[in-house]
Amino acid sequence: MSAVEARGVGKVFSSRSGEVTALDGIDLTVADGEFVSLIGPSGCGKSTLLRLIADLDTPTSGGITVFGKTPQQAREAQDYGIAFQQAGLLPWRTVTANVELPLELHGVGKAERAARVVELLELVGLGEFAGHFPHQLSGGMQQRVAIARALAERPSLLLMDEPFGALDEMTRERMQTELVRICAESGAAVVFVTHSIPEAVFLSQRVVVMSPRPGRISAVVPVDLGADRGEGLREDAAFFAAVTAVREALHGTPVAVRGMDAR
Amino acid sequence: MTAASVRRWLAPILLGVVALVVWQAIVVGTGIKPYLLPSPTAILEQLLLVVPLVWQAALATGLNVLVGLVVGGVVAIGAAIVAARSRMADTLLSPTAAALSVMPIVALAPALNTMFGTTSTTPRRLVVSVVVFAPVFVNTLRGLRQVQPVHRDLLRAYAATPRQITRTVTIPGALPYLFTGLRIASSTAVIAAIVAEYFGGLQNGLGSRLTSAASNSAYARAWAFVLGAILLGLVFYLATLALERAVARRQGG
Repeated sequence: MSAVEARGVGKVFSSRSGEVTALDGIDLTVADGEFVSLIGPSGCGKSTLLRLIADLDTPTSGGITVFGKTPQQAREAQDYGIAFQQAGLLPWRTVTANVELPLELHGVGKAERAARVVELLELVGLGEFAGHFPHQLSGGMQQRVAIARALAERPSLLLMDEPFGALDEMTRERMQTELVRICAESGAAVVFVTHSIPEAVFLSQRVVVMSPRPGRISAVVPVDLGADRGEGLREDAAFFAAVTAVREALHGTPVAVRGMDAR
Repeated sequence: MTAASVRRWLAPILLGVVALVVWQAIVVGTGIKPYLLPSPTAILEQLLLVVPLVWQAALATGLNVLVGLVVGGVVAIGAAIVAARSRMADTLLSPTAAALSVMPIVALAPALNTMFGTTSTTPRRLVVSVVVFAPVFVNTLRGLRQVQPVHRDLLRAYAATPRQITRTVTIPGALPYLFTGLRIASSTAVIAAIVAEYFGGLQNGLGSRLTSAASNSAYARAWAFVLGAILLGLVFYLATLALERAVARRQGG
């Protein structure tokens, strides 16, 4: 069974100033354990598509299934974990209390929660910061807490909406390397929204390129740079080739590549 | 204590001392009659004599303020929760809060005195509750409405029940606003409690003592009670300010 299956999905937003077609005729399948990035310019509907999969919004046409269920059933069954561009931590809760929030909401016992939080904070490398409050952490650390929280219930699908969008380039690359490792350990499928080409290439097995007005899928670029993706990969020829392929798909025309600019 | 905090405290204290010295110099130098303006030393002399009296009066008034703050605060919080949940309740309650906030204490206090009798502390406490209601209600309601979109999405993704959303996000998020409302209410609450005593009734509070001292031409003693009133107001203000800061600091504000 595939993790996500979208067939002919469309989304129209109606406002006082008229109707906006955010998505039109989206067909997308994400396999179990697959890492898929959605990339495209602002307004191409990539975040909207993610919100439809998460059942934070409903499509106007077409249908989506998540592990064979409707998005609502999948949401209620807690089949997915989610992370947004803003970490969205509750400022009055400690790191521990933030990570255990989903477990607490779903009635997991205290001892089990505590054990799981220790595991998760170890996973994202924040073991020492369990008792800190969010405002005492850097942006990158807050985002790692949000990822730990998204993983709390061992979801088989992770939905991530530009989770590293607000981070500086160095923190961002470190977080990407960590995410590759975390995903390999958890075996979850990931739908990852981004507007950074190198990020999409580094992380994904497939990059779904979208175009705006109306939001459509214009190309799907298979990437898969292997399971063992370290920092060295960023300077690898295969990496640059994939970056070029995604960029060409984004712009719709072959781009004259001169030198080694990766962005 | 750091040099910066010493400077922060020293400046207003110095200003106060200078003002007192100038006051003393003017009273002594120009020979102003004590019934017009007593000198600071005369007030201090009286204050030392009547310290136990000022203390007792401050306790009586302070208790009225405290009860009024708690009662008015609790009612306001309850009303804000109801108003945040239902649009109809909001359209009923918000204008009521606005009306209460402009209600003059001088009109309310005598009316309540007649209703509850002059031997009761209830009218004074009610006056304080009425004054406290509006700022606490308005601020708490605003806080309850300030749920961040990202938190709303998150709890929807977790399929949280409305009750869980209220408990985990809405109420904790509204707390800093609630305490800001209480801090704003605290100073007006002290003023209201003292003014309410001007209209007869029990003779145990700062306001009552102040009026009787003034009507007995004991002006220096009246000023001693004024000083007591200032200190009482400061106590409530600083206490609620400390609460507000503590809550805000916990949330990284």
